[in-house]
Amino acid sequence: MNQDTLPSYLGQSEEVRARFERINQRETILEVRGLGKRYRSAQGEVEALSGIDFSVRRREFVCVIGPSGCGKSTLIRILAGLDHHTSGEALLDGKPIKGPGQDRGMVFQGYSLFPWLTVKKNVMFGPQMNGRGRDEAEHDAQLWLELVGLEKFADAYPHQLSGGMRQRVAIARALVNQPRILLMDEPFGALDAQTRAKMQSHLIDIWKNIDVTVLFITHDLDEAIYLADRILVLKAHPGEVQEIIEVPVPRSRTPAQFNSPEFRATKARLEELIHPAPEPETEDEQKVKPHLIRFTDVTDNVE
Amino acid sequence: MSLIATLTDSATRKRALLGIGSFLLPLLVWCLVSYVPFIWHPKVEVTVPGGVDYFQVGMLVDKAQFADETAYAREQGLALPAGIPANPIYLPAPHQVAQAFYTGFAKQPVQKDAPWLHESLWHSIQIIFWGFVLSSIVGVPLGILAGTYSTFARLSEPFIEYFRYLPAPAFGALAVAILGIYDGPKIAIIVIGTLFQQVLIIANTTRKLEATIIEAARTLGTRSFRLLTRVVVPGILPDLYRDQRILLGWAWTYLIVAELIGTSSGITWYITQQARYQHFDNVYAAIMIIGIIGFGTDLILARLGRRLFPWDRSQDRR
Repeated sequence: MNQDTLPSYLGQSEEVRARFERINQRETILEVRGLGKRYRSAQGEVEALSGIDFSVRRREFVCVIGPSGCGKSTLIRILAGLDHHTSGEALLDGKPIKGPGQDRGMVFQGYSLFPWLTVKKNVMFGPQMNGRGRDEAEHDAQLWLELVGLEKFADAYPHQLSGGMRQRVAIARALVNQPRILLMDEPFGALDAQTRAKMQSHLIDIWKNIDVTVLFITHDLDEAIYLADRILVLKAHPGEVQEIIEVPVPRSRTPAQFNSPEFRATKARLEELIHPAPEPETEDEQKVKPHLIRFTDVTDNVE
Repeated sequence: MSLIATLTDSATRKRALLGIGSFLLPLLVWCLVSYVPFIWHPKVEVTVPGGVDYFQVGMLVDKAQFADETAYAREQGLALPAGIPANPIYLPAPHQVAQAFYTGFAKQPVQKDAPWLHESLWHSIQIIFWGFVLSSIVGVPLGILAGTYSTFARLSEPFIEYFRYLPAPAFGALAVAILGIYDGPKIAIIVIGTLFQQVLIIANTTRKLEATIIEAARTLGTRSFRLLTRVVVPGILPDLYRDQRILLGWAWTYLIVAELIGTSSGITWYITQQARYQHFDNVYAAIMIIGIIGFGTDLILARLGRRLFPWDRSQDRR
């Protein structure tokens, strides 16, 4: 790929620019200001996150991407209320986040379904915990299972489902509470490429039809560009916002766009940000020096 | 599909056969030792006393002694004694034990007022049951609490770890002083022997519950006590059930010691009594029935567990 022939990732078509203008007029759902997290570990004080600033508008799709150790999981866990931040603030609809709540739904990477409950009862769990009646919860669960296409598996147990199907249930279970924002922590990371592609377009379909805002963590650049309106790029040690990229790829997205100039330009920029000059090897890594001995017949060549 | 079915079918059959074989092998060894005269048989059962004045029909004497006496009788020109090879009295043959099994349940005991085998057994089963139930009423909730809340674990576990090392029978005299001489101290010994292990094992099982599951429940709006009742407890239930099965086995191992405390009772009383009269066939029958009851209960509980927890995947692997 020749870098010079690519347009700038900052260049937006008229259509895309108009879309971002529309998004920016919507109310802010999530506002993160100067968010930081320090914790003490065996190696001393670690700064996992520092001075994170961003905001997410209603029905926006934001992806968070960054090298490992950039604290993207910590960020989403703080937003979910599972971890505490040590500085700054995170506001949902203007109110500070304190602990988990049904206004934020979360989909985990691992299979977090309750193995002892059937698919339908997994989805009913949230409404029931929030004081809704059994019938009402069951009705809602049925509705959401139809939406993710699993109504036929309502009475199956999670272990009887494939990985993709389980994540569909997890999405239904999070959305049935009608959260203001859906937090997704590398939800498709454990899926094979084909299932993953299917789940991505399925997620876009859901997002298009439902009043929900999505914050999506991934380490897959293609996934981030394909899904997001904006991409929050973090850098590691400490985790800081490196850049917030407005994705110039027009909607609706199709897999055919993977080769469009805008897509490639954005990907090139992300690669530049996330994989800068190769990091120096650690000392341990340098000590590893394979010493190859020929164990096969000298004439028995594979190449 | 059918190929896989046949494969698994033959695999299950093979497993069942091996399972039966594991019981048949020791039985075979026992039969060989009992019925093949030249294997072991260190004694001689006298059939004809001959000229040896202290020999009686049915008496067991050492092989060497029998040979000496025969040689002596020959020297003295007395009538020769005769006998057949026999095993010591403490090793009855399988058919004798099988018969003892039958008579233990079907025939009035030889001693007057002595309890039947099944009466002794029933008494023992009750001791085990109450010991285990009392231990579980305290131990299961404590274990779950310690496994869920680290503060609670830090407050309780060090002492329990310490107490676990105190041998339960050591509390025998104390238990009698406090609870009298009948069933009270026996149940207490089983509780002491089970409870402390139970708390630690169940706390560990609880800790192994996947953190994501609890976190998922929290993001869905589950709080405090409901997290315990609606997520932790159902989440660990299959493993908890397995733990309880193992612990029930441990409770049985404390039974014999427990029943010796105060007035001897139950199956232990039966065993010691029968041993005193050298009815070793009855002793073996009684020991074996303990195994049969313990093992049988576990098999039934395992099967029940598969019914109760259809979602439990760790059972598929067996």
